[in-house]
Amino acid sequence: MVSSSFVFFTILGSGIATWLSRIMPFVILKKFQLSSGVIEFLSFVPIAIMSALWFENLFIQHLGHLPSLDMPNLLASLPTVLSALISKNLLVTVVVGVISLGFLRLVLGM
Amino acid sequence: MNNELTVSSAARETLPTVFGYIGIGLAYGIVGKASGISPLMITLMSLITYGGASQFIIVSMLVTHSPMISIILSAFLVNSRMILMSTTLAPYFKKESLLKNIILGGLVTDESFALGMNKLNFTDRKLNFAWFNTVNWFAYTAWAAASLVGALLGNFISDPEKFGLDFALVAMFIGLLYLQLISDKSIKFKLQLIVVAFVLVATYIGIIFIPANLLTLVVTLLACAFGVVIKHGFF
Repeated sequence: MVSSSFVFFTILGSGIATWLSRIMPFVILKKFQLSSGVIEFLSFVPIAIMSALWFENLFIQHLGHLPSLDMPNLLASLPTVLSALISKNLLVTVVVGVISLGFLRLVLGM
Repeated sequence: MNNELTVSSAARETLPTVFGYIGIGLAYGIVGKASGISPLMITLMSLITYGGASQFIIVSMLVTHSPMISIILSAFLVNSRMILMSTTLAPYFKKESLLKNIILGGLVTDESFALGMNKLNFTDRKLNFAWFNTVNWFAYTAWAAASLVGALLGNFISDPEKFGLDFALVAMFIGLLYLQLISDKSIKFKLQLIVVAFVLVATYIGIIFIPANLLTLVVTLLACAFGVVIKHGFF
């Protein structure tokens, strides 16, 4: 494991970067306005980043070659998506997801 | 939800999301401990970095010994959606002092943002400091406390993977993506689906030659540019 000072400065750096992302719009927009082009570009960030972070978990990387499928994550995603559609509730979705993958691992030994 | 912008109404309305913070915070603490990070650092990360998805990513990159700068850049990129959310929220607090704006902005989360946007529909498009600040602090304290408890529980659960807890994050993205798709009226639903499909294809192709810690950034930037182009070309 890396040293705790490395961990601490990584936390601090990430914290400052994140904090600035959070507060700068509040500070700047007291005086200025974003151009409509930038706002339009940023409007795609939430769906793009969330789907990217999901899809990355469905593949196993082999640099230079086609990825293989991460079957447990892919199979666990199905009931998870279904529970999101039905419940529209984040907590229910997370619980169903965890139980699904736990079931695949513990019961089916995947 | 009602039209009251008070501390007590905020406390009541935040409650459902607090359960979410506790669940994911526990999972984060357990995963962090299993990855060899101390409970102190796990809790500090929740207090200082304060971003669910980014904290899981920081933990996984620490395990793979990624350079500090690429961890910080990844955390920034994952959290860069905060820029958009803060930009959307800021106009409602223009009359509050700069200090209050910084206090509110510093603790904005996906959930407090979503609650705020929902609340607007009940209050004649108004928000105030007391209400939003209460929502933020409930989230912040629940998240930090759950992380610490998870880290301490991690001593007893050595292999959280076995129980599927590592899937909590992926499931959260699935849930948040779906909630975003059905609630974001600023982009047409069909266009959103096209962008999501693009992300799937770009991820599959990108994963062949882009290192894992840069993949999210590259795919997200490409998908945003793609979205803008398609919107102007076809919508």
